[in-house]
Amino acid sequence: MAITKLAFIVRSLPYKTEASRLALTHAIASQTVEIYLEDGDNVEPVLCYIGDGVLNCLKNQQAGKHYGITSLEQHAKNSLLLDLKVMICKEDVDKFGLKEDQLVMDAEDIGGETNAQLVPYSEIQKVMEEVDHLQFF
Amino acid sequence: MGKLTIGCFSSLVGSLSLDFAVKLSEAAVKKGHDVDLWVSSNATMLSKKGQKPFKDYSHLAKTLTELFASGKFKAVACEACAEARGYHKDDTMEGWGRRSMDWYLASAFSADRVLLIGGD
Repeated sequence: MAITKLAFIVRSLPYKTEASRLALTHAIASQTVEIYLEDGDNVEPVLCYIGDGVLNCLKNQQAGKHYGITSLEQHAKNSLLLDLKVMICKEDVDKFGLKEDQLVMDAEDIGGETNAQLVPYSEIQKVMEEVDHLQFF
Repeated sequence: MGKLTIGCFSSLVGSLSLDFAVKLSEAAVKKGHDVDLWVSSNATMLSKKGQKPFKDYSHLAKTLTELFASGKFKAVACEACAEARGYHKDDTMEGWGRRSMDWYLASAFSADRVLLIGGD
């Protein structure tokens, strides 16, 4: 019985490339990974937004209206609905002049009970040092 | 010997990230390691059969065939990413698997090293 910790570090802008979407969809895929593993084994994802990546957490994205695709906001909510650990870099949020109420911090409207954490970069750095595998998107 | 899991998202033509991922796989297999290669997004192009070699473009099909024959190399393409690009099961090169993203995470579970190459 073992747990492998995987960090998904999102530093790409939303929509400019597919990278941040792939980070979220791969992290969310952790919910079904058990079908490939032995009983008791699992992966534990943590999703961290840093740099330009914090813009993926903005509320009121209009991807459906303009592109006909799911928004990164919806994926961010889904990650919270599925109880993924989500951390957003406070310094980078401040740099963009954003406030916490402009970001997806919970998924209460779809039944989620887990909140995202707005944290100093030092806490994200600590997570990056603790996990087994680190991936930047 | 160890196990290396490599994820790659970049297209076959237009970037050399896939070339690097495959060459790294080849080097690792030659040293006796096991390699799982996961391709998602535009990198699913690598799994398409019928690729023709041209001097101006990357051609990795021959190397992949040799890697599959080694018995120490698995390559799997994200099924949804492939289907979204019109690459269907019938279009897939022999040796390749097609799975959902949880396969990659399961491979990462037991990997000694995970490398994400060409993340955009």
